Amino acid sequence: MSAVMRYSTPAIVLHWLVALLIFVGFPLGLYMVDLPLSPDKLKLYSYHKWIGVTVFFLVAVRLNWRLTHTPPPLPDSVVAWQRRASAVVHGLLYLLMIAIPVSGWLMSSAKGFQTVWFGVLPLPDLIEKNRELGDLLAGVHKALNFTLLGLVILHVGAALQHHFIERQPFLQRMGWSRKERT
Amino acid sequence: MKITQLVLLAALAAPAAHAVEYRTVLPKQSTIHFEFRQMGVPVKGGFKRFTTEMAFDPARPEAARAKIEIDLASIDAGSSEADDESAGKLWFNRSVYPKATFVSREVRALGNNRFELHGTLTLKGKTRDMTVPVTYLPGKNAATFDGGFVLKRLDFGIGEGMWADVATVANEVQVRFRIAATGK
Repeated sequence: MSAVMRYSTPAIVLHWLVALLIFVGFPLGLYMVDLPLSPDKLKLYSYHKWIGVTVFFLVAVRLNWRLTHTPPPLPDSVVAWQRRASAVVHGLLYLLMIAIPVSGWLMSSAKGFQTVWFGVLPLPDLIEKNRELGDLLAGVHKALNFTLLGLVILHVGAALQHHFIERQPFLQRMGWSRKERT
Repeated sequence: MKITQLVLLAALAAPAAHAVEYRTVLPKQSTIHFEFRQMGVPVKGGFKRFTTEMAFDPARPEAARAKIEIDLASIDAGSSEADDESAGKLWFNRSVYPKATFVSREVRALGNNRFELHGTLTLKGKTRDMTVPVTYLPGKNAATFDGGFVLKRLDFGIGEGMWADVATVANEVQVRFRIAATGK
């Protein structure tokens, strides 16, 4: 029917890189919190934090790219409310991809553990050690993550719905293939 | 203020102004802190309860002596989870070895109010020689003795088994202390 409108290659690479990191970091976070203290737990915590900081930086690049490049237009089959919903969900996804690493970073500081990216680059502690604040931020971090989970389900569900049910070449918008299918 | 009180104060203050042997430690103004690296991240901790017996005469530093006994249950290891973990057999094995003890054997004057304390540290049933540099800071009401040294935790079997991996928790623990004492 219509030619596939792809996102730009940097946008696609960043999208999948961030998606991959989130799909690793999220279950890692859920798994590690209930582990008894061990060297492995300390390692997993560090990996989780490194993933979070990486997501933060990649999303900063992504946001910059997104604000300076126009995404491909949605197919005509996407109706007005869906366009509005899509804009809202994308906006919230960006917001959470920034807010979640920031909340984790602040939580770590409040719990008395500085975040050191890859064990090399120390991030400043913006807040001092404070147990109550640490517990509060842990709750915030968790709540934001489950909100993200809900939005990702919506996001993926909508893409699959447009692709498989409405039979629009939707997934190709974020796909690797440069070939324009008809 | 009455004259008698003034006289009494003057009498109390007099010895401090001259030669004095510092013997009475002020626990509230004395601290023991430590810092170690965990996955490359500095973690701060300390001990809240410890007793210090000491005698230090600035005129005769070689005759000085000190004994510090630390209640390991008063640890702040950075988090409550780590506090609990530190009591276990792999760490301090606190039910068997509840205290850490430093006893001085010899004091050497290095000049400029700096001294070197030679002595032994006993921790988890192991006794090791330690050299601790100390700086003496005379004060109006109390003198302070600041010092620090690097303790290698594995020398004392602190963190055995899975915790012996120094890539996760570093072997070196920087210990810093401040002991405040008066001459009375």
